[in-house]
Amino acid sequence: MNDTPYIRVENLKKYFPTKRGMLHAVDDVSFSIQKGETLGLVGESGCGKSTLGRCLIRLLESTAGGVFLRDEKTGADIDVTKVSAHVMKDLRKKVQIVFQDPYSCLNPRLSVWELIAEPLIVNGVYSGRNAMRARIRELMSTVGLAERLENSYPHELDGGRRQRIGIARSLALNPEFIVLDEPVSALDVCIQAQILNLLNELQREFHYTYVFISHNLSVVKHVSDRIAVMYLGRIVELSDYKELFVKPLHPYTQALLSAIPVAKLDVKKDRIILEGDVPSPIEPPECCRFAGRCRYRQETCLKTTPDLKEISDGHFVACHFTNDLKPTV
Amino acid sequence: MTEIQGKFNPESALLLDVRDLTIQYVTDNGTVHAVENLNLQLGRGETLGVVGETGAGKTTTALGIMRLIPSPPGVVRAGEILFEGEDLLKKSEPEMRAIRGGKIAMIFQDPMTSLNPVMTVDRQIAEMISLHRSVSDSEALTLAGDMLELVGIKRERMHDYPHQFSGGMKQRVVIAIALACDPGLLIADEPTTALDVTIQAQVLELMKKLKQQFNASMILITHDLGIVADICDHVAIMYAGRVVEYAEKRALYSRPLHPYTIGLFNSVPDLDEDREELAVIPGLMPDPMDLPTGCTFHPRCTFAAEECSKKKPDVLEVEPGHFVACPIRAGLGLGKPATGGERK
Repeated sequence: MNDTPYIRVENLKKYFPTKRGMLHAVDDVSFSIQKGETLGLVGESGCGKSTLGRCLIRLLESTAGGVFLRDEKTGADIDVTKVSAHVMKDLRKKVQIVFQDPYSCLNPRLSVWELIAEPLIVNGVYSGRNAMRARIRELMSTVGLAERLENSYPHELDGGRRQRIGIARSLALNPEFIVLDEPVSALDVCIQAQILNLLNELQREFHYTYVFISHNLSVVKHVSDRIAVMYLGRIVELSDYKELFVKPLHPYTQALLSAIPVAKLDVKKDRIILEGDVPSPIEPPECCRFAGRCRYRQETCLKTTPDLKEISDGHFVACHFTNDLKPTV
Repeated sequence: MTEIQGKFNPESALLLDVRDLTIQYVTDNGTVHAVENLNLQLGRGETLGVVGETGAGKTTTALGIMRLIPSPPGVVRAGEILFEGEDLLKKSEPEMRAIRGGKIAMIFQDPMTSLNPVMTVDRQIAEMISLHRSVSDSEALTLAGDMLELVGIKRERMHDYPHQFSGGMKQRVVIAIALACDPGLLIADEPTTALDVTIQAQVLELMKKLKQQFNASMILITHDLGIVADICDHVAIMYAGRVVEYAEKRALYSRPLHPYTIGLFNSVPDLDEDREELAVIPGLMPDPMDLPTGCTFHPRCTFAAEECSKKKPDVLEVEPGHFVACPIRAGLGLGKPATGGERK
């Protein structure tokens, strides 16, 4: 791993116009990802993690900021948010996404074979049918789908197998970067474990770069190298996965970690119960987004928005009182 | 079992005793064995966690206790559901209607769909109260306001509609409805699955507190072993319509015995450990229309022996109160057959 990041996100913003004003879904987010790394993106529903994931691969047009993808061959950075449609079509082969709900993201009228063939046909990868057939067989075996299923339709398969189809589709064009948007949330724990293992194996074999979006912290910890915690459109903490769990610093991260139910006895945790709900992301006031629910709130928090600051090697926190913050665990 | 009320009953601490319950869904394509020979006991004031994957029969069990199985296609084939010593399966429909909501209340998984979108929340709570208590409409509404305050919603918001509340608040309203008539038994079917972790923590905390305050028993249906560790006293692990392991929480978490229980624990990524690979249970849940012979888990089981595919496993009591439906793991001959096994 060298120091030039593979993906650099700079001051990315995504606002949605609504009747009541601008909804700040992603509000000034910056981070970078190395080649072959997995960045976990956690937060509660409505915090903007999926919107951010979609902006990264331009399924949504960003309001401001840039997403710079390094071209391996030329070494130049391409701003995904600004390139022409023509360049983007080529770029799409390199950036892929796996969606959350394997029940609704697959066309019910296509068979498994057709579903996996679709990206290959759209991009005109193979001219001969035999070469394409071989590639589809290869993909099916890579993701662990039995060959006999190639003529089945999605409704005949269980959630785990459907998610494998979704993964096979995203792998079809040999991508470099894959956004995994809650890929296991709709699955039972046993199937979830199978898919997580598969994703890890694939990364080891093909050196994919992942952004793994999830609300489930234990799943994120299992797959990620670094984790970014989002709250109301902003990253509040970003750190190495181990450090985040041992030394969570932002008050929101601390509350989030303490709220995970652990399948063990005698783990006495001081559970921090947050009061109230996540406030509205529409026209948020210029202050710390978390101030309303924070235990340590002070005057300053209600006046200015804290920036994401690096407080120790690779550990970033967005809080006015970074010097006073103490890990709870 | 009809004489059970008259005599001295050593089991009187039991609020609910489900015996050999078998529920099937009969469809044109075949019979779905949703719940088979299910035995569950719940003491007064206790919380029982029912854990299993999708299709394990958890929700069918809950609906069976409430006598809410849609029929057709659902049929209760056999068994008894003794609630306060009386068999719910023998009750008439009007009697059941008084019990539902009055003595047994249910909290459903999705608060977004279980509330009426065109009715203000105070009216929805009051509806429950006036159905079960002889109070005037205005009294019922006042009581509804009290219930809302109890679950942590300000009285000013009682005239709001469900869509004006967030997911966590809606689930609080559902809890208020469930507890409005002071039920003896609360059945919560995945009450926090649709909620975020921090909101889930709030709601679980509230349920724990209110359960004590109302001195109610609770059946908590979930797939999350973490939630069970947090608030349950006893745990029943279900697989393909059967309870494969039933024990006091401490025994189950420290000495899980059934291979499926062990597999379930291993599938959850651990926060304290660093593992590259998760141990997975090979294969998939069996098709409930075509269950494997013998032990339904044997095709996926690493401990399976030849007899597992032939004989339905007896439920064995390996230590007091710890039942497991696996003769191999129970250590053949070590445990004595439990009551559940003898009754066959």
